[in-house]
Amino acid sequence: MSELRRTQKDIKGTYVTKGTVPFVTYVPFMSLERREFIRQGFAAGLLGLGALGSLGALGTLVGCSKVAAPAATAPAATTATAAPAAPAAQRWGLVIDPALLVKTQAFNAVAQACHSHHNVPQISDPKTEVKWIWQDDFAHCFEEMDSAYLPAALRELQFPVLCNHCENPVCVRVCPTQATFKRDDGIVDMDYHRCIGCRFCMTSCPYGARSLNFCDPQPYIAQVDPGYPTRMRGVVEKCNFCVERLAQGLPPHCVEASQGAILYGDLDDPASEVRQALAGSLSIRRRPELGTEPSVYYLLRGAESPTDAPKGGEPHA
Amino acid sequence: MLEKALRGSKRYYLWLAILAVLIAVGAAAYTRQLTYGLGLTGMSRDVPWGLYIAQFTFLVGVAASGVMVVIPHYLHNFRAFGRMVILGEFLAVAAVIMAILFVFVDLGQPTRVLNVLLHPTPHSIMFWDICVLGAYLLVNIVIGWAVLGAEKKGFPPPRWTRILTILSIPLAISIHTVTAFLYAGLPGKAYWLSAIMAARFLASAFASGPALLIILSLIIRRFTSFKVTDLAVDALVKIVCYAMIANVFFFLLEVFTSFYSAIPSHQASLRYLFVGLDGSGGLVPLMWVAAVLALAGITLLLVPRLRRNLRLLPVSLVAIFVACWLDKGVGLVLGGFVPNAFGRVTDYLPTANELLIICGVYALGLFILTILYKIVIAVRTTNEEELSKTDS
Ligand code: SF4
Repeated sequence: MSELRRTQKDIKGTYVTKGTVPFVTYVPFMSLERREFIRQGFAAGLLGLGALGSLGALGTLVGCSKVAAPAATAPAATTATAAPAAPAAQRWGLVIDPALLVKTQAFNAVAQACHSHHNVPQISDPKTEVKWIWQDDFAHCFEEMDSAYLPAALRELQFPVLCNHCENPVCVRVCPTQATFKRDDGIVDMDYHRCIGCRFCMTSCPYGARSLNFCDPQPYIAQVDPGYPTRMRGVVEKCNFCVERLAQGLPPHCVEASQGAILYGDLDDPASEVRQALAGSLSIRRRPELGTEPSVYYLLRGAESPTDAPKGGEPHA
Repeated sequence: MLEKALRGSKRYYLWLAILAVLIAVGAAAYTRQLTYGLGLTGMSRDVPWGLYIAQFTFLVGVAASGVMVVIPHYLHNFRAFGRMVILGEFLAVAAVIMAILFVFVDLGQPTRVLNVLLHPTPHSIMFWDICVLGAYLLVNIVIGWAVLGAEKKGFPPPRWTRILTILSIPLAISIHTVTAFLYAGLPGKAYWLSAIMAARFLASAFASGPALLIILSLIIRRFTSFKVTDLAVDALVKIVCYAMIANVFFFLLEVFTSFYSAIPSHQASLRYLFVGLDGSGGLVPLMWVAAVLALAGITLLLVPRLRRNLRLLPVSLVAIFVACWLDKGVGLVLGGFVPNAFGRVTDYLPTANELLIICGVYALGLFILTILYKIVIAVRTTNEEELSKTDS
C-alpha cells in the first residue's frame, strides 16, 4: 500500500495521457524517486500487485519512447506476469570468459541480441557510431598489462567490452543533471529524457563505453523493438545491464546469447555463480588502478595457454 | 543609458552591421546543427568535446582576467587603472556571455538546458561552474551599470559597488579554477589530471585577458577621445608579461613531470600535440606556432625598450593572445582526448558549419562589447566636455 501511495506522489509533475491508457507519454524531468518508482513499479507489477501497477510501470518506461506505446505494453505485460519474481542483488556484475566466447563463436549473436533489442542504431562511421558492446584485443583493452612476449593466443584473443557499471562511476559523478545515475543494485542506468547531451560523461568515462546520438537514430534502426524505448538525437547512451530484463527475472541479452561465456549475478553474494567463477580462476578488470571498481570481470582460465584452452572444461556451459 | 549606443558615426554602424551579418550567418549554421544534430560538427565518440568547449574554456579565462585591473585599483589604490576598470568589467560581461553561449551551442539537447537548474547536482563540477559563472556575470553587469549610471549623473559610485567589486575578485578566481576542475579531476585523462591545471589556467588567463584589454584600450584611444594613460598601459603590460612567464613555466613543469617520469600515458598527449602520435599530428604546426609566439611575445614585453615602443606593443600583445588561444582554445582540450580509452588516436577537424557557429558567437560577443564600450565612452566624454566647459 505504501508503495502505491508512493507511486501516486511521485507521478506528480508528469503528463499522463487522459483516457484509459495508463502510461506516461512525456516525462520531462524524472526525479530520482521516479526511477525508484520505475523499479519498484516493475517489481510490484511482476509480483502480481495488479495489472495497473504493472502497466503503469511498463508504460513509464515505454513512455520514453517515440514508438507507439500501447502496442508495446501488451506483449511485455504478458511476459511480465509469466516471469518469476525479479531476483534482487546488492551489486550486479558480469564475468566474461573471452576464450570460451571465441570457441562458441557467440559474440556476433551477443552483440546482435543486445543492439537489436535495445534499438541501438547501426551506424557504420566509427566516429559517430553508437555501440553498447563490441570487441577489441588484449593490447588495446588492457594496455597497461600489455607486453611484447605475451602468448600468441592471448594476443589474438578478442575481449567483449561494454559499460563496466563501475562501483565508483565517474560518469555519474560528473553528470550535471543526474540523467546518469547509479541504482542501489550497482547498475549505472540512464534517463534519456533528462540527458542534455553535454557529453561530460563521455569525456570522463575511462573506458570509452558511451556513445552520443550524433543524428536522429531512427533511420539506422532496422526494426524497432517495442520492448525498449528508442532514443532521439543529442542524447548519450550505453549498456544498461538489461535492467528491463532483470526486472522480469530474465538474464541480460548478452548472457542469454553467449552460450555460457558470459555469466551474471550478485558480486556481493559469495554463493553466486559469478563469485564461484571468480574464485576458481584468475580474472582481470579494465584499468582497475583508476579506482572506478568495474563490475565486469574477464576470466583468464588458462585460455592464454596456446595448447589446451580452456582448462578444466566448461563448468558453466 | 542604452540610448547612448544608438548615436554613432558611420564607421560605428558599419562595424555593427558587419557583426550583425556574422551573427545571422552563425544563427543559420546553428539552425542546421539544431535540426540535424551534432553530427554536423567534427566531434566524435572519441573526441566528444571540440572547439566549442575549448572556446568556452578560453573565454572563461578572458572573463576572469578583469581582476588584474580591479586588484591594483581597489586593493592597492593604483588610480591609473581607474579608466580601465569598467572596460575590464564589460569585457568580462561579454566574455562570460560568449562562454555560456559556447556551452549552449555544444549541447545535444539544448531545449533541456534548464535541467541543470531543476536538478541541482553538487557532485558535478559543471553545476558549480554554472553557479559561479552566473554570479560573476551578474556582479559585473550590476557594478558596471551602477558605476556608469552614477557617473552620468555626476555622482560618485554608490558605496555598495565597492563591496561588490571586492566580492568579484574571489569570484573571478573561482570561475577559472572551477573550469579547470572540469578537466583536472577525471581519472584516465592523464594530460588533464594535474594539480597545476587551475594555476596554469589562471596564469594563461591573466596573460591573455589583459592583453586583449590593452589592445582594446589602444583601439579606443586611437579612434575616440577616451584616453587610457600610458602609465596604465605600461603597468598592465607588465602584468601580462609576468603572467605569461608563469604560464609558460607551469607548462614546462608539466613537460618535466611527464617526460622525466617517462610514464607513457602522461607523455602521450604532449607527444600528440608537439610531434604527433601514431602518424597523426594535425595540431603539431599550431602548437609550435604557439610556442614561438609565446617566447617572442615574452621577449618583446620583457625588454623595457621594446615594451615601451607603442608601435611594437600591439604586435607583442597579439602574439601573447594568440599563443594563449592556441594553447587553451585548441590544444588543451583536443590534446586531452588523445589517445582514447583504447590507446588509439582519433583526429578532430572542425567542420565549416561548426566554424561558422563559432564565428557567430564571437561576433555576438563583439557586438555586445561594442555597445557596452560605446556607452562607456559616450558617458565619459560628455562628462569631460561638460567639466571643461565649467572650468573655462
Ligand atoms: S564504464 Fe564508463 S559509463 Fe560505465 S559506469 Fe563506468 S564510467 Fe560510467
